[in-house]
Amino acid sequence: MLSLGHQCNLAQLDRQIYDLGSGKIHSLGPSIIFITMGKPQKNKNLADKVRRTKTTKEIKNNPFEVKINRKKFEVLGRKTKHDVGLPGVSRSKAIQKRKDTLLKEYKQKDKSNKFIDRRFGEYDTKMAPEDKILKRFALERQRGHDKKDIYNLNEEEELTHYGQSLAEIEKLNDAVDSDSESEEKGLLSAELTASHFGGGGGLLRKKGTGENGDEGGQKPKSRQELIEELIIKSKQEKRERQNQKEEAQELTEKLDQDWKAIQGLLSKKLPKTEAKEDEQKPKLEEYDMMVRELGFEMKAQPSEKLKSPEEVAKEEQERLQKLEADRLRRMQGDVEESENKKHVHWSADDLNDGFILDKEDKRTLSYQDGKWNIEEEMEREEDEEEDDGEEGESGQEEDEEGEESDAEDEEEDEDSEEDDSHSDLESEQDSDREKEEEKGEEVASKPSSSLTEEERLAQQEAAKAELPYTFAAPESYSDLKSLLQGHSTEKQCLIVERIQKCNHPSLAAGNKLKLQKLFGFLLEYTGELATMKPPRLDTINKLIPKLYGLCQLFPDAACNAMQTVLNDSAHEMEESIEVKGRAAFPGLDMLIYLKVTALLFPTSDFRHPVATPALVYISQALTKCPVTTLEEVTSGLVLCCLALEYVTLSQRFVPELINFLLGVLHLAVPVKKTLGYFVVPPFRPVGKSCDLLAMSNAEGMDSWSRRALPLSAVQGLTLASDTDRDHYRLSLLASCLDLVKQSVSLYKPLPSFSHIFQPIRVLLTKHLPMESYPVHIQDLRREVLEMISGAPALKTPLVFDKKKPIPLKFFTPKIVEVLDYGKKRGSSKQERERERLKHKYKKEFKGALREIRKDTKFLAREKLTEIMSRDAERKRKVKELFGSLATQEGEWKSLKRKKRK
Amino acid sequence: MASSRSSNVSTDKSDETSRKSSKKDINNKAELVMKSRKNANDVFDLLEYLQADKEKDVACAVNACNKLFCVLLERGDLFVGQLPTEEEMLSGSYSAEEKYRIFMHHRYNSCKDLLLELISHESFQVKESALVTLMKFVSMEGQFPLLPVDGEEHYNFPRELLRAVVDQLLSEKEDMALLISRFQEFLEMEDVRYYVMGSVSNNVGRVMDKAKGAVLPVYQNNVFLLTSSITMPSQESELSNFLVKQAAKQEEWKAGKLKEHKRVFERMWLIFLKHKLPSNMYKKILVILHDSILPHMSKPTLMIDFLTAAYEVGGAISLLALNGLFVLIHQHNLDYPDFYKKLYSLLEPSVFHVKYRARFFHLANLFLSSSHLPVYLVAAFAKRLSRLALTAPPAALLMILPFVCNLIRRHPACRVLIHRPSAEEPCNDPYLMEVDDPAQCHAMESSLWELQTLQKHYHPDVAKAAMAINKPLSEEEDDISELLELSTYELFERGLKQKENQAVPLEFEVATQLLQGSGGLLGAHFSLE
Repeated sequence: MLSLGHQCNLAQLDRQIYDLGSGKIHSLGPSIIFITMGKPQKNKNLADKVRRTKTTKEIKNNPFEVKINRKKFEVLGRKTKHDVGLPGVSRSKAIQKRKDTLLKEYKQKDKSNKFIDRRFGEYDTKMAPEDKILKRFALERQRGHDKKDIYNLNEEEELTHYGQSLAEIEKLNDAVDSDSESEEKGLLSAELTASHFGGGGGLLRKKGTGENGDEGGQKPKSRQELIEELIIKSKQEKRERQNQKEEAQELTEKLDQDWKAIQGLLSKKLPKTEAKEDEQKPKLEEYDMMVRELGFEMKAQPSEKLKSPEEVAKEEQERLQKLEADRLRRMQGDVEESENKKHVHWSADDLNDGFILDKEDKRTLSYQDGKWNIEEEMEREEDEEEDDGEEGESGQEEDEEGEESDAEDEEEDEDSEEDDSHSDLESEQDSDREKEEEKGEEVASKPSSSLTEEERLAQQEAAKAELPYTFAAPESYSDLKSLLQGHSTEKQCLIVERIQKCNHPSLAAGNKLKLQKLFGFLLEYTGELATMKPPRLDTINKLIPKLYGLCQLFPDAACNAMQTVLNDSAHEMEESIEVKGRAAFPGLDMLIYLKVTALLFPTSDFRHPVATPALVYISQALTKCPVTTLEEVTSGLVLCCLALEYVTLSQRFVPELINFLLGVLHLAVPVKKTLGYFVVPPFRPVGKSCDLLAMSNAEGMDSWSRRALPLSAVQGLTLASDTDRDHYRLSLLASCLDLVKQSVSLYKPLPSFSHIFQPIRVLLTKHLPMESYPVHIQDLRREVLEMISGAPALKTPLVFDKKKPIPLKFFTPKIVEVLDYGKKRGSSKQERERERLKHKYKKEFKGALREIRKDTKFLAREKLTEIMSRDAERKRKVKELFGSLATQEGEWKSLKRKKRK
Repeated sequence: MASSRSSNVSTDKSDETSRKSSKKDINNKAELVMKSRKNANDVFDLLEYLQADKEKDVACAVNACNKLFCVLLERGDLFVGQLPTEEEMLSGSYSAEEKYRIFMHHRYNSCKDLLLELISHESFQVKESALVTLMKFVSMEGQFPLLPVDGEEHYNFPRELLRAVVDQLLSEKEDMALLISRFQEFLEMEDVRYYVMGSVSNNVGRVMDKAKGAVLPVYQNNVFLLTSSITMPSQESELSNFLVKQAAKQEEWKAGKLKEHKRVFERMWLIFLKHKLPSNMYKKILVILHDSILPHMSKPTLMIDFLTAAYEVGGAISLLALNGLFVLIHQHNLDYPDFYKKLYSLLEPSVFHVKYRARFFHLANLFLSSSHLPVYLVAAFAKRLSRLALTAPPAALLMILPFVCNLIRRHPACRVLIHRPSAEEPCNDPYLMEVDDPAQCHAMESSLWELQTLQKHYHPDVAKAAMAINKPLSEEEDDISELLELSTYELFERGLKQKENQAVPLEFEVATQLLQGSGGLLGAHFSLE
């Protein structure tokens, strides 16, 4: 609806009509002003009439018809469909459409009759429309023919071409010709192809058109000539080029022949130039190949500047510093949760250049290089020393064989290394060298094989026993065990390594899992080696690097495996404690596991999923396992060692350690009366095995010398004589005192240092008779006592930490950088797609709603017009009736009047 | 039949048949005796079987006797009244009927004697069936009294028989644990319980007097088992389950009165505890004292002697005696001089390692929850506990650190222990650990440096808990009830569960040998042999 102000203006606008129903403006004649409020119907008819009379061009040029959609930004080079709209046109179109469809339907409503189109083939979908037309036309003609038009020849019939009368076409002939030029251009290539390939279709057509327009024949002809000329030219050029090529070839061939003739002369004098030009002819392909190869290689491997040893050392130092800083951070434990750093694992000789792909392989290789030789030497020495008698001759043979294969491996490794470093060298040379090496090996092996019959037999045996080079990853622990059992330590390592190599994660998808399992199996195997009698500790020692390598590869799997081992043992211990109130000391396998834990995981972390429980386990063992035999003392001391190792870096306080050391010292006190200290369980002040470490007699003291205790003592001791036992006791005591010394120096900074070591001090000063002990132990005791009683540090009374002032709140807005304008941020592709569909749906929905509304409006309007027309009709009829009645009345009255008169 | 089983195969069959036949024989004879009086002399055979070597036979005979005498008792075939001796029977002028009854009664008595002997038989099956049979007799005799109802005193309950059974159960040589646990079912009955308690106190008094102050571990253990398996009713209305129903004067029967029960119960325990006990017995008694003995005594204060004696013993026994003492102090207005001093002296390194740690600290928490305690006392406790914490395992530390913090929270005057801004110059610890009197240990002048030390404890949770003293303590007390029972294994498991999602940090030093790393301590002391 219009506002009042608008209506005022309206009066001034002479030449415009406001159609309020549609909001259109029409310009009409100069002096006609309609304000049509109540009669839209009439107006519409008028508007339609106006539009229908005008051509589209006229409408488009009419500024009142055109609605220009304003653009916000002018974008160059973008074509928009909807910059100009013709609302009137589209509206009338829409109305027309409704009239055709909706109105018809409406009229047809509630009617049982139906309009059937009986034209020929109207409902036959199979028929092509052209056929339909033809058929209908034929029928039409037939109908017309057999009735009245028998004698009417060619009267009404009009000849048409594609529905246009030929007469009209003839009229427009000129116009068609004006377009033929462009047609010619298009046909140019067609003609060319025709001439080239002998095709006829295009040409024929052309001819047809040519015939059609007789006057236009001149132009195309000249054009054709021109083209032919062009073709001839190009052919000539081609021929010339070919000739030139042939000539050049001939020339080079001739030159080559000449060169061959003098080649023999030059070859003796200038070998270098020969090498250069020699490749010109006979090895052309090879040369090409090489050139290409070299080119590729250069591209593929841009060599980095070799680092000087200082640089390498510096980098290594930096790396270690970084790792150490990281370790310290974890040790403090304050930021552990917040920082979610991605774990990077470093191998031994990582160059810190971010090159990861086949790092593992290289690491193990170089690792071998670094370690293998030493181990071999050690092994040899051990072999010489050891006289177990377990391994016979064949066993030793096997060993040697193993070493040989090792040596081979080494050489191969060297090869590969050289390949790496001088990869741009000739491959030929390399292969040659390999051959030579092989020969050399053969030569080397020949004399050995041709020594004696016995040795040959032995070697055959050894060859049989030689290890295969590939191993399937073990699926179960028993698999691994069967693989490893019966082999020497060296070979076991080799097997594990080969398993690791054959199942490298980069080789196949499932290998990662297999190797993860391998870690668990290896761990189990380690435990079993430790439980053997005697324990195979040297084998374990050799397996440590393998475990470490696997652990570095799969930290999570390693963590889980270790946790399982610890949990099982701790659970067992807990059950025993619940039932009996005490537990047996953990076996050698657990001690080894605990040590391996310390080797694989950082023990200094504030909280670590493996190291922390392991330490709790140690503490539990040190408090709950009663000490009744020398073996148990040994186990306990191993645990103390481990506990001390665990906290060496972090300098954390382990009360159980001090308790246990005190207890062990207490065991050595001969007279247990009026103690000035308390011993803590598992030790008792007095009791059955309370003088376990007290000397039986003083004789053995002098002959004692300190030696490292064997780890296997944990499993059982065979000490026959009293002197042996006394010596062992002294060793234990010395170790214990040394551990006390270590812990004293470790805990020196603690505020309660003097109280922690008070009992030990009392014990050492008052209760342990040191006069008879060997000098070494006396020295240790003196050192410990000096360290403990050295001027107790004064302590400042405790105060709370100073509170940090709470910073004031800032009200500056938070600024977020926007990087991609115009796009919806923070959504994925699917979300965007969903958004798009949603939008589309909304649009369609709105459109449909609008259409429906328009439909109803249209129908309502139609209904109204119907009613109006009906009313008008009725009115008209009533009027008529009234009129006739009035006339009747009038007549009657006049008659009456007449009669009166 | 174990012996026969192991013997030859050929004899096995005959053995089997003989066994079967003997069983049949026993049952036959019992039937016969029951059927007619003519066969009364077969009873002797039955009684002979009771003394047989083979346990199956014995068991059979026990069952047969059970059946037989129950029937006889029911029929009234046993002589009622003062039983004449057999000689009297022969000489006296009795009718044949009476003679038969007297004869049967004598056989019944000898059967009881034999059964009582069988209670110390080596086979548990025999023991059990003998006991059950005897208890059956008890019930039958109660129903069909063999003595004429005399006075008001005992109504008709065969207490002599029951006493004999109890005497057998409280063996001085054998551990009767299994049998006593079987007997427990009879102790559910009010009257049985009442008379058993009486018999026990009687028996204990007699036996212990004979022992003259010596400790009889087996016997005392049996007594303890029997007495501790007595569950006293808590209300008079619960007294409804009787083995023997009294025809008359049910209400006045002592066995039906809770008060009497309590009296007898108390007497029994007092007599038992009067004598010297083995030390593990002390522990056992003290463990159950506060909830299954003290509430059922009519005068719990009578226990004071026992409890104070136990409290003076020291060590774990003292810790356990605390609980009973607490009940007496709390509910019965016991005044115990120097209670806190004693409690203070109980704190020694072993308290963190004993089994009753949770119970002790629960009670200590209760005792120290009073806000009327002098500051010096609380400070002394806090200081002593933290000093002892230097030797405690992590699970105990996790409990003791909040405990100490709670003490300081409750008594704000103790805050100087962790916050003394006035004194700046460093000093030595003025606290005297050796002094047993909390008033004289100078705890108030000290600071809890021990907690500061524990901030460097290896266990992360302990270290964190110890960090609490760096800041002013929060107002709310920590709830230590959940921490009391914390075991090291739980702590261990908790450690395993942590950090599921995060990557596991690894050691960056390359491991090449078993004994390397961390200063090589292990390598320095041990060799790979």
